[in-house]
Amino acid sequence: MLITCPYCGPRDVSEYTYQGDGNRTRPDPASTDQEVWNAYVYDRLNPAGEHHEIWQHSGGCRAHLAVTRNTLTHVVSSVSFARDAGHKKSDSRRKTGAKA
Amino acid sequence: MAEYSAFALLKNALTGNQDWKPAWRKPEPKPAYDVIIIGGGGHGLSTAYYLAKEFGITNVAVLEKGYLGSGNVGRNTTAVRSNYLLPENVRFYEHSMKLWENLSHELNYNVMFSQRGCLNLAHTPGQLDDYARRGNAMRHEGVDAELMTPAQIAKLVPGLDVSASARFPIIGGLMQRRAGTARHDAVAWGYARGADRRGVDILENCEVTGFIKDGDRVVGVNTTRGEIRAGKVAVAVAGHTGHVMRMAGIDTMPIESHVLQAFVSESLKPFLHTVLTFGMGHFYASQSDKGGLVYGGDLDGYNSYAQRGNLPIVEEVMSEMLALFPSLARVRVLRSWGGVCDMSMDGSPIITTGPLPGMYLNCGWCYGGFKATPASGWCFAHTIARDEPHEFNAPFTLDRFQRGTIIDDKGQGSTPRLH
Repeated sequence: MLITCPYCGPRDVSEYTYQGDGNRTRPDPASTDQEVWNAYVYDRLNPAGEHHEIWQHSGGCRAHLAVTRNTLTHVVSSVSFARDAGHKKSDSRRKTGAKA
Repeated sequence: MAEYSAFALLKNALTGNQDWKPAWRKPEPKPAYDVIIIGGGGHGLSTAYYLAKEFGITNVAVLEKGYLGSGNVGRNTTAVRSNYLLPENVRFYEHSMKLWENLSHELNYNVMFSQRGCLNLAHTPGQLDDYARRGNAMRHEGVDAELMTPAQIAKLVPGLDVSASARFPIIGGLMQRRAGTARHDAVAWGYARGADRRGVDILENCEVTGFIKDGDRVVGVNTTRGEIRAGKVAVAVAGHTGHVMRMAGIDTMPIESHVLQAFVSESLKPFLHTVLTFGMGHFYASQSDKGGLVYGGDLDGYNSYAQRGNLPIVEEVMSEMLALFPSLARVRVLRSWGGVCDMSMDGSPIITTGPLPGMYLNCGWCYGGFKATPASGWCFAHTIARDEPHEFNAPFTLDRFQRGTIIDDKGQGSTPRLH
């Protein structure tokens, strides 16, 4: 799997560190809404297909990258600096009422 | 008399092996069942078996999108153990171990359960202390565990580099002697036959394409073989939990799907008589009855549904194997594969009623689902039949993340790739 770093060009996946799901936005630190924090910490979209995620080029320029990658094929369709990407905040929350 | 026995073998040998019945029927779907189980893997099939056997619920269908046992039940490294730290996990997996110990007899199907032991190697004093703590926690719950010295380890595993000059010298290990391996396909086939003989319909090539709801309540599923209604719909789809739940209108789950690779070497004469894990990386190996080494290591570490991984992990697993067994440097790899693991946020499973009315959920097995197969089905069947969890799976709820009662055996927090 190759990821093309905007600074360094195409590099092997072993140079990168996976930082996880990029669909999440940290809630306002002053917020005390348990559901919002719970969703941020624990809930994931986990799609079978295009997935927005954050990687760090830890073995290279160390930039944090916003990557769109297909989880079925591992094809990387876009890479940009995470600071510019501003992935859209996911508004989907787990349906409440889980009785469990 | 049991269907499979020495007498049946002899009788069928004398009559040209013409009279064996197929191990399970290929029925047409009925329009409605009492219970539908989505997922014809180990957990789905064992759930159907225990529903029929323990609770007398036989109007059950198991829906499998491919052929039976084509998912993770045929993609694991077959280790069975109950060497956990936290009491919830120890109790659950020890229940599984006890079911394993009688499984071949119970199913009248040889699952080749071999209690050859599982040895976790320690390479630092801190790690050995940690293993002692874990061993004590296990013994406290009545599970067998013992610390082994390097001399005992050298005797048990002759090929191992136990020298002080090894890259990571071995200073001891934690042994669970009742742990071992089982033949994974036989587990699926045995449970399938046991369920089928009790009246359960196993529907292969029957992929769920949507849920039928009455208000919020799940009352059936649409499949590639037509609409099927049911009083209760149970989901046991491991790595595919996310998109199956999305069909039911639930967008997010405390689960990420990751790929785990496994490897088998060419056949060797018997030399590894136990399940062995390396403590300075993540590597585990056992030797199959055919002689091949079955081994694996870490997840690739990123979300994936691809059922194949990348080369950096291959290199890492091989280098860890050589750190333990320098003599295996020229052994060839016969095959490798990847499985989709449903990594939960605390590394522990979810077996629960809900999250929607009429629905039951079994997921979050990380890469430890195979050893849990009997207890998972047993507890899930209890949960479905009684509409409440058994005490063994009561801690494994979906809302434990909201309530703060997570069961994080490794203490890694909500980073699924590290569990």
